[in-house]
Amino acid sequence: MAGIIGWGCHIPRHRIKVEEIAKVWGADAQAYKKGLNVQEKSVPAPDTDTITLSVTAARRAVARGGVDPAAIGACYVGSESHPYAVKPSGTTVAEVLGATPECRCADFEFACKAGTEAMTVALRLVDAGEVTYALGIGADTSQGAPGDALEYTASAGAAAFLMGADNPVAECEHTYSYMTDTADFWRREYQYYPQHAGRFTGEPAYFKHVIGCAKGILDKAGLKPEDFAYCVFHQPNGKFPATVAKKLGFKKEQWEQGLLCPLLGNTYSGSSPMGLTAILDVAKPGDRILHVSYGSGAGSDGFVFRCTDRIAEVQKAAPQTRELLEGERFYLQYGEYAKFRGKIIMNVKGA
Amino acid sequence: MPSASYTREIPQRYRLEAGKCSSCGKVYYPPRRVCPCGGRDFETVALSDTGKVVTYTIIRVGPSDFTEEVPYGLGIVEVDGGVRLMAQLVDVPLEDIKTGMPVRLEFRKIYQEGEAGIICYGHKAVPA
Amino acid sequence: MRDVAIIGVGANPKWGELWGQSLRDIFVEAALAAMDDAGVDRIDSMYVGCMSSGLFAGQEHIGSLLADYLGQRHLPATRVESACASGGAAVKMAALEVASGHTDVVLAGGVEKMTDVGGADATYALGTAADAEYECYHGATFPGLYAMIARAHMDRYGTTAEMLAQVAVKNHDNGALNPMAQYPFKITAERVLNSIMVADPLHLLDCSPITDGAAAAVLCPLETAKKLTKKRPVKIAGVGHATDTIQLAQREDMTWLESTAQAAARAYEMAGVEAKDVDLFEVHDCFTIAELVVMESLGLVEKGEGGKATLEGRTARDGDIPVNTSGGLKSKGHPVGATGVAQVMEVVKQLRGEAGERQVKDAKRGLTQNMGGSGGSAVVHILEVA
Repeated sequence: MAGIIGWGCHIPRHRIKVEEIAKVWGADAQAYKKGLNVQEKSVPAPDTDTITLSVTAARRAVARGGVDPAAIGACYVGSESHPYAVKPSGTTVAEVLGATPECRCADFEFACKAGTEAMTVALRLVDAGEVTYALGIGADTSQGAPGDALEYTASAGAAAFLMGADNPVAECEHTYSYMTDTADFWRREYQYYPQHAGRFTGEPAYFKHVIGCAKGILDKAGLKPEDFAYCVFHQPNGKFPATVAKKLGFKKEQWEQGLLCPLLGNTYSGSSPMGLTAILDVAKPGDRILHVSYGSGAGSDGFVFRCTDRIAEVQKAAPQTRELLEGERFYLQYGEYAKFRGKIIMNVKGA
Repeated sequence: MPSASYTREIPQRYRLEAGKCSSCGKVYYPPRRVCPCGGRDFETVALSDTGKVVTYTIIRVGPSDFTEEVPYGLGIVEVDGGVRLMAQLVDVPLEDIKTGMPVRLEFRKIYQEGEAGIICYGHKAVPA
Repeated sequence: MRDVAIIGVGANPKWGELWGQSLRDIFVEAALAAMDDAGVDRIDSMYVGCMSSGLFAGQEHIGSLLADYLGQRHLPATRVESACASGGAAVKMAALEVASGHTDVVLAGGVEKMTDVGGADATYALGTAADAEYECYHGATFPGLYAMIARAHMDRYGTTAEMLAQVAVKNHDNGALNPMAQYPFKITAERVLNSIMVADPLHLLDCSPITDGAAAAVLCPLETAKKLTKKRPVKIAGVGHATDTIQLAQREDMTWLESTAQAAARAYEMAGVEAKDVDLFEVHDCFTIAELVVMESLGLVEKGEGGKATLEGRTARDGDIPVNTSGGLKSKGHPVGATGVAQVMEVVKQLRGEAGERQVKDAKRGLTQNMGGSGGSAVVHILEVA
């Protein structure tokens, strides 16, 4: 049975606080902080993109995995901010690791669940016997439109999972997916920022699919919330995951460790995968983890992982997620943030 | 940066591949065909990604492709094992950059050819 | 090999931003001045030092272009390139051609037209003297590379920003007396230290400027020099040339310029002299730190002592080791390919007693040191009164 051989996470070191954004747009910072349960978010420097974040996360996954990178047979990056529209992010990640040339690749897109789809396919490719190891990565440096509610949360980060069948740290007992055509949040080609349908993004979108997927996988697996040490859901803000966990019957002690959004923001394709890495950093052998993502458009991927004895051996083999989240970081003012994120109009450089 | 020359340098830029002279053991980054000792046989070795800053500056007037990034730290890093290379110094307040500071090499975007050309990657040094 | 003499030198009346003159105009003006100074109207061959007419002016093949515009049709002529040591290298090539007996009257010229491109593009073009793939790729600039040398020198020897500033002050003192200088005025150390930081620790006024200009020298066999000119011929007594790694990261010692040390050693040996036998030095102060490290690498002072010697006034024109009586690159200007030839011109004038208020008393022997990039090449000439 395929599972996670190694995991890795990366968060850029710059941050911006909710107050700083609210100041510029004349918004009520406290209302946003309370309403979203978010205090600050990560900001990628101009030299940081989905590819560079994926590389660092993937290197950490390989370090924990302890494998020869040449044996990695597939590299899948899921994101909604791939640096190129045509030229996969995965090729650069695979090249840096030394997994080329015998390595499959194509990029994934499904809003915030692109990463978990990549993880699913990586797992199943291993199960199919097609490859020995496969990488499934969720990474983003997404943009929120200036002044829009999403600007307070759209952030950057990456989580990488090296999947294999031989001596995993966490076996994947079940996978499931729940998907419909729902236009809650989208971005047309050539548009710079996404658009969303306001309150429609709640019940009919996030909650319908997350709950549909969670119930579906629990049913399929014959498991209940009490059977899990941890659960992690997609985190568009710091409230939804707690709300959905409660609705499903999970307790705070189960979702606390994986909830990064209050200090991280929404890392889109990185969101629930990074929450998973925070859990793997501390999980004990035998712990069961429920992971349900959500991607607008819309769908949710579900996983049931069960930790093995090997997990304890590699938790410290690479930087841990909460260290990256709560460690040294640099706060930006809105002007610097706008410069970093390319929100300032510049002349087109001499064509 | 034309695609051909960029692709050629990938082993060095992405995987820090260097050449070790089979005659005298000296390691060169980037690799070369002839060693000053006269040797012409080399073995590929990957450089360590940790080291220290041996000298540095802060570029405040940048060349054409880097004008928007100033000011930025730039230094010579000596990786474990003794090989030296030039890299930007990032994720550190400029006033805190010091000779001798321990660093780690992290994969970053170096620059891009405008809005339509290729994106060029490499390593920069961050505090270890 | 025959002995070689310099019988004529010339440059534009003024170096600076010569908006109204093209590369051709600038070169021809200087070359004619040198030929007139030598009293010749035909030459046998020409070498033109120029770092990058291609990047600055979109023009290669300038040996042919300038030979034609100089009115010397079908002349054997070629461009010589060694980054900022192009001029010195052109002088060397001309000297070797005369010494070998292949030709008799050879013009060694240097030119750079730098102001047709914007500042960022000029910085980029100058940066190509560094390693394109492993230094420029990461955003290195010329000032940045020398700034790193400065940092290493400060760390090891305690060299200070004030010592660097004094190099600029001293060179401007001299340049104020040089009619062709781009910035013929004195400056104070405060002004240097308060000028904007270009690449820490180098301020704007620690850096030589962007300049348009040319210089030329006419060479001939020493034995026929007196037939051609009434002026005191100057003999090229020593020629030394050496290279080093382009990449600063691959130097053995970043506080030392091995290419200069070796080029100087070769020149001293050929001339049969030592540093103490030389009366004045025209060195490559592309940045103030360069002058200090060059002084040490030429053996004028002990390692690490360049700053102290400067503060003590030893390198002033009336000091015991006059350095850059012309004003150096800092005050005179640095049209890259022309600099090495202009250094030779200054020494020739000094040895002829034609340096006016800049004159070093009883100057009998002078040394020029021209350097490319961050020390990737160096050409040293030792000139003597014949």
